[in-house]
Amino acid sequence: MKKLMLTNEAVARGAFEAGVKVVSSYPGTPSTEITEFAAGYREMYVEWAPNEKVATEVAVGASAAGVRSMCCMKHVGVNVAADPLFTAAYTGVNGGMVLVVADDPAMHSSQNEQDSRFYARSAHVPMLEPADSAEAKDYLKRAFDLSEEYDTPVMLRLTTRSAHAQSYVELEERVERDPKPFVKDVSKWVMMPAAARGRHLKVEDREKRLKAAELKEFYHVETRSKKQGIVTLGAVYQYVKEATDASIFKVGMVYPLPVEAIRKFAESVDELIVCEELEPFIENQLKANGIKCRGKEIFGLQGEFSTASVREKLYGIKAPVSEADVPARPPVMCAGCPHRGVFYVLNKLKLNVCGDIGCYTLGANPPLSALDLCVCMGASIGMAHGFDKADSPLKRKTVAVIGDSTFIHSGITNVINQVYNKGTSTTVILDNSITGMTGHQDNPATGKRITGEATAKLDLVNLCRAIGVESVRVVDAYDLAEVEKVVKEEIANETVSVIIARRPCALLTKTYPPAFGIDSEKCIKCRSCLRIGCPAIEYIGGKVRINKELCVGCGVCKQLCRFDAIKEGR
Amino acid sequence: MTDAINVLIVGVGGQGTLLASRVLGAAASILGKDCKLSEVHGMSQRGGSVVTHVRIGSDIAAPVVTPGEADYVLAFEKLEALRFAYYLKPDGVLLINDQEIMPMPVITGVKEYPSDIYGKLTAAGHKFVSVPALELAEKAGTAKAVNTVLIGVLAKLTGMEYSVAEEAVRAAVKPKFLDVNVAALKAGYDYSK
Repeated sequence: MKKLMLTNEAVARGAFEAGVKVVSSYPGTPSTEITEFAAGYREMYVEWAPNEKVATEVAVGASAAGVRSMCCMKHVGVNVAADPLFTAAYTGVNGGMVLVVADDPAMHSSQNEQDSRFYARSAHVPMLEPADSAEAKDYLKRAFDLSEEYDTPVMLRLTTRSAHAQSYVELEERVERDPKPFVKDVSKWVMMPAAARGRHLKVEDREKRLKAAELKEFYHVETRSKKQGIVTLGAVYQYVKEATDASIFKVGMVYPLPVEAIRKFAESVDELIVCEELEPFIENQLKANGIKCRGKEIFGLQGEFSTASVREKLYGIKAPVSEADVPARPPVMCAGCPHRGVFYVLNKLKLNVCGDIGCYTLGANPPLSALDLCVCMGASIGMAHGFDKADSPLKRKTVAVIGDSTFIHSGITNVINQVYNKGTSTTVILDNSITGMTGHQDNPATGKRITGEATAKLDLVNLCRAIGVESVRVVDAYDLAEVEKVVKEEIANETVSVIIARRPCALLTKTYPPAFGIDSEKCIKCRSCLRIGCPAIEYIGGKVRINKELCVGCGVCKQLCRFDAIKEGR
Repeated sequence: MTDAINVLIVGVGGQGTLLASRVLGAAASILGKDCKLSEVHGMSQRGGSVVTHVRIGSDIAAPVVTPGEADYVLAFEKLEALRFAYYLKPDGVLLINDQEIMPMPVITGVKEYPSDIYGKLTAAGHKFVSVPALELAEKAGTAKAVNTVLIGVLAKLTGMEYSVAEEAVRAAVKPKFLDVNVAALKAGYDYSK
C-alpha cells in the first residue's frame, strides 16, 4: 500500500518495520514528529527523555541488551548527546542502534545552523541522508542492518525541508527480531583505557572496510548533460534535479563518502560542482582526495537552498522576489500566553534577563523587549550566575528565565551549581505545564507519558528545595502585581532563589472565559494595554479594540488599564 | 515535471493551513497523482506568517514551489496575499479569504495595515478571487473551517469533481469535525459558480 507521508512519519514507520523495540528522544523542531508517530505503534516502547544525552544513553543500553534502538533529536541536541555518542562508537552495538538527527538550515526554529555531518566524521560513525519520505524509510531500515553488520551506531540525517516534506511511501510489514543475549565482555562494553584502546583499533578497521565498500545502494548517477556534473544530497538533490540539466551524483551515504565513485563521475564530466547546504563537508573531502571541484564559492554557507537559488547561483537566472511593501508578521506569543505578563514585569523593572530556548525567547521582541541573552538549552541560569560571579554592576538586576521542560532538560544542574558555589541570583521558571514550542509534548513535570498514560509528576517546588534553594516562591503568571512584588523581593534577596510562575499554555486550555471588551466611553486611548503585545488587542483607526476571535479572557490587559476601560466578557 | 500544479498556501499560524495542504494531498492520492508537500512547523506557528507548498503532477522532484511558478496562491489573509503574490506565474490565480488579521507591528502602531490591497493586486496585474470564507465557515458551523471553505473554492476552480474533494476531506479530517468541514467544503465549492 502506498501512502503520502511526512518524512518524519516515514522514519517512524521505518523503525516499526525494522523491528525496533526502544525509542527514546527529546523533542526538537524539525525532528519531533518522528517520536510522536513512533508512539503510535504499540510494538515499540517509546519515551520522551528529559534530554538528548539521556535519550542516547537509553538507546545505547537497549542496544547492548540486544534489541534495535533509536534516538531522535534536532542538530543542537547532538551537542548534548555527543558524550555517549562518541564512546558508543567505540563499544559498538549488540542490537542495531540509530541516532536520527534533523538539521535546520535557515534556522526556521533554531539558534544556529550547525552541520551535524561533522559529528559522523569526528565520532567515526556512518551517516546516511535520504532525499524524500520513501528513501527515509528505506535508509533507516538499512541503517539498522549496517549498524549490526559493522558493529557501530549509525546516524541518519534529515534537514527541515526533508523532515517536513510529504511524499509517497510503500508500506511493508514489520519484521520481529528475537533479542540477542547480552554477553558480558569488558573489552567491548567497559570503556576504560585498556579496553578503549582495543576498541579504537576496531573503529578504525570498520571505517576502512566501510569506506572501501562504497556501497552502491547509497549512491546513484543520473547521466544528463556532460558539461557539468553535480554532486549533491538530501533535499538539495531535488532542487538540482529541477534547476539544472547537469549530470547528477546523488550521495546517500554522507560518511564515509564513496570517493572513488565520485572520482569516476568527475572524469565523465567537464566540470564538477558540489551542491550542499551549510558547510563544505563533501567539497573539502573531495579536494583533500585530489578531486577538482567548486562548491561554496558558488553557493555560499548561509541558509537553505531551493530550486530558485540553485538556478540563480549557477546560471544567474533570477526568480521573482516580493516587491510589495508589507509589514512583517513575526511569530508572537499567543493571546493568553502566560509568559506575557512575566515579561511585561521584567521589562517594567528594567532587569537584565538571561533567557533560554522556548516560546518565551519571543520575549526579546518588542513591545515586551525583556530578554537580553539567549544561547542554548539551560544556559539562562548559568549565564545569570556568570553575571553574579563577574560582580557585574548588573548583578542585582539580573534574572534567569527558563521554561519547565528546559529547566528539566539542563537547568537543574545550573541551580545546583549556584547553590554549591554560593550564588545569589534569581531564576524564574515559566511553568506552563507542557513543552510548548515544539507543539505540546509531555515532560516529567506534566504527569503524563508520551502515550498519555499517567505517571509520577516531578514536583518542581520540592525539587528546588531538595537541591538547596533557600527561597522557592510560586506565583500566578497572570497576576502582574504579585509577579512584580515577588520578583522585586527575590532579586533583593542575596541567596539563590527560584520563582515558579504558573499557568498552563493558553493553547492547552480548551475552554476559556468570554472575551474581554473595551468600554469606549472610558478609554482615553493612552494605549497602555498595547505594551503587552497581545495579538488580540488592536489599535486601528485611532481606536483600541479587542479581537473577540482571539481573546481568551486571561485578564492581563485589564490590570494595565488605569481607567477601568477594559471589561470582562459575559 | 512540466505538468505539475503548484499551490502555495499562505496564512497566519493557527489558521489551519497545514490541514488544507493535507486535504490537497489526500485528493492527489485519490486521483492517483504524484504529490509532494512541504510544511514548516515550530516557531513559525506562533501567529507568524506561514507557508505550505503543494505540488501535484506526474513526477514531482522538489517539495517547494518556485517563485513565479505557482498556479494558485491560496491566501488565508489579505496581507499575506499581498506578501506572497510574487509566487504566482503570469496566468496564476490568487484565492483570497477576505479577512484582515493585524500583525504585531500594526497592533502596536509602528506600521499601518496596507490599504486597498485588492487595488494593489490589480495594479500589479494579478488575477484574484476574493472569498468571504470566514462568513461561509461560520454559516457552515465554525469559524475554524475557513481552510475547508477555501479548499472547496480551489477544487471548483481546478475542475475537481466534488466527490473527490469530499473524499479527500473525509480522509484528512478527524471524524469529530467531519460534518462541519464537509458543510464548509460544500459552501466553498458552491460559492464560485
